[in-house]
Amino acid sequence: MPYEILEKKELGHSGAIYEMVLHTPLIAKKTHAGNFVLLRINETGERIPLSIADYNREKGTITVVIQVVGKSTKLLCNQNVGDQILDVVGPLGNKIHIKKYEYPIVIIGGGIGIAPCFPQAKELKEAGNEIITILGARSKDLLIWKEKMETMSDQLIITTDDGSKGMKGVVTDPLKKIIQERKISLVIAIGPLIMMKYVALTTNGTGDLPKVKTFVSLNTIMVDGTGMCGSCRFSTIEGDIQFACVDGPDVDGHIVDFDNLLKRASRFLDQEKESFECYDAECRALEQLKKEVE
Amino acid sequence: MMKKIEEDNKSVKPPNRIAKSKSKSHKKLQRVQIKLQDPKIRITNFEEVSLGLTEEMVEYETQRCLQCENPLCVPGCPVNIKIPQFIKLLEEKKYIKALYKIKTDNLLPAICGRVCPQEIQCEQACILNKLGKPIAIGYLERFIADWERKNNLKECPECAVPKGIKVAVIGAGPAGLACAGELAMRGYDATIFEAFHTGGGVLSYGIPEFRLPKEIIKSEIETLEMLNVKLEYNIIIGKTLTIEDLKEMGFKAFFIGVGAGLPIFVKVPGLSLNGVLTANEFLTRSNLMKAFKFPDYDTPIKIGKIVTVIGGGNVALDSARTALRLNAEKVIVVYRRSEAEMPARREEYHHALEEGVIFQFLTNPVKFIGDENDDLKQMEVIKMELGEPDESGRRRPIPIENSNFLIKTDMIILGIGTRANPILTKSIPDLKLSKWGYIETDKNCQTNIEEIFAGGDIVTGAATVISAMGAGKRAARGIDKYLQRKYLKMN
Repeated sequence: MPYEILEKKELGHSGAIYEMVLHTPLIAKKTHAGNFVLLRINETGERIPLSIADYNREKGTITVVIQVVGKSTKLLCNQNVGDQILDVVGPLGNKIHIKKYEYPIVIIGGGIGIAPCFPQAKELKEAGNEIITILGARSKDLLIWKEKMETMSDQLIITTDDGSKGMKGVVTDPLKKIIQERKISLVIAIGPLIMMKYVALTTNGTGDLPKVKTFVSLNTIMVDGTGMCGSCRFSTIEGDIQFACVDGPDVDGHIVDFDNLLKRASRFLDQEKESFECYDAECRALEQLKKEVE
Repeated sequence: MMKKIEEDNKSVKPPNRIAKSKSKSHKKLQRVQIKLQDPKIRITNFEEVSLGLTEEMVEYETQRCLQCENPLCVPGCPVNIKIPQFIKLLEEKKYIKALYKIKTDNLLPAICGRVCPQEIQCEQACILNKLGKPIAIGYLERFIADWERKNNLKECPECAVPKGIKVAVIGAGPAGLACAGELAMRGYDATIFEAFHTGGGVLSYGIPEFRLPKEIIKSEIETLEMLNVKLEYNIIIGKTLTIEDLKEMGFKAFFIGVGAGLPIFVKVPGLSLNGVLTANEFLTRSNLMKAFKFPDYDTPIKIGKIVTVIGGGNVALDSARTALRLNAEKVIVVYRRSEAEMPARREEYHHALEEGVIFQFLTNPVKFIGDENDDLKQMEVIKMELGEPDESGRRRPIPIENSNFLIKTDMIILGIGTRANPILTKSIPDLKLSKWGYIETDKNCQTNIEEIFAGGDIVTGAATVISAMGAGKRAARGIDKYLQRKYLKMN
């Protein structure tokens, strides 16, 4: 079954973030907030886990947001409308629990982690919750989906590391203020591991701040995505093993051993670099060839 | 099991031709020697270790067969291939007929000829064991299947008239493939739903290229497609589609053959260190995702200098031998029992020894030890001794106090077994399961839900390829009976 790219759009102004709409009718039909897909671009490709950032059951589509970080993401971003992805499988992982909470929910998205916040915000908003959104990015060029998130938020705060948009600082700065000032039922944080680590540290109740239930979404290194291989496993602070693919991807942020997970996340760095350099050289050689032909 | 067959041997009257065979030269009792790739060379590549038989070797080996009137090898085979008949046809060089003879009972001979443990099945039952070495039934099966492929033939048995009834087979592993093939031959419209992008199940993700080239799986699946079996990839039943969806799509019966895919972890500290991984992850990266061809293929694999594999089964040995081929300097298999209790096939054990795998028997891990970067550096182990036999009939390993020592290692592969994956079973709440999550069935492979059948590792726990295929075939017969009664008004 072919999985066609129906739309492609650059997000932000960094030249490295894209939104793609894929034709995956069976997956779209079953998708809920929290689910992800595994995607293999071509015969030699690896299985890339991508959060489902939006879906349309009638049109049979899902939306994914990709940032170029290595060979596979670059290869994916080089695909265009009309191109076909060889394999897309899903929806994987657990959907999030949707209900009406007593107090507001704070949803924090960092970098391209903002995208998978959207379906969570949408479904929780539709269930009658008050949503306070915090979006964080390194700079304004890397900020995505601000307008989309605005439609699902009662309040929206932006932070950038360099102050080029919104508050200068990190997402935990406004978070601290919010949980100090008012009662919050739930915090949801999706973004880089380091961001989720500090959000969890802010809300775990160990400092002067109150404890707030916090979910983080773990996008660890995966192969099968169905609990078979254990590549995606993380350790809890107590030392138990859990799998991001079948126990998550959204898990209680207060039980995750982030320090270990940060080290596990970098275990293929050398290979990722090698792979990217090979592909980059190949791309440049091709471009050179094209120029020579012209 | 071994004991049972010996008793059976006594109770069966020896075939008449035994007497004749005694007069044959002693040489006839010598089993054909298969050609292997030189160990020094083969650890530098992923090509098949065993090179197969030549026609001359087949001629020699088939002539050794006594053509027993009451063959013991046939009941020794989980799918009851008519072994003496196909050997006779091979001897007469009627290769196509020999193929038909096998394929009526087994549509996947190239696979079974390679990965079946013949030494504890058909070959163990062979009467020649009493006089010398058994017929190399597995090699002969493999020869004829390879001959078919080399000659670009695709011989299929005749299928029954189509009945126009759709049956869904969940999982394209050995059980599912065998079940779908048998259903097709019985005239059913069978569709296999597979979670991965390719078929074969454990044959694809678990067994390495050097033991079972993936080309062969592809070719055997093409044979099924010729029987009009349909394959739908990238579909996880329980996620992408449910049994209820399949019912709406018109499927009348279901076979669950999803295997036992979840890894078991040893309960020791240090499991999250970098360098500790499951055999499932290691083999899936290498076999299914072809990480052994990195960076031509994008899936990475990282090999330690000193690789330790925990476990003594085929999965552990496959991991050890894969690690050697991926340039590990030293590979040690750590097994808690002794050589005699190792569940791995003897042939694979010998191949591993020839290739330089080191075996550390009667040893069990206690702790995995890393550095400040959480990179694995060494493993603390304890020596074991064997006590009284346990439920499995094997002597139970008992730790020897104060016998701990350290093994320097920067990669540990856990190959100590697998358990049931709950993704599918969780989506069918009424399905009766054992307390370990395996599906409970009757002798026809029928579950407590009449239209749902199951077989293979999801019923028995991790077992062999051929026993899964046997269950798949049995289930197809059970499904046939059920559908005949329900929809075709036959008894």
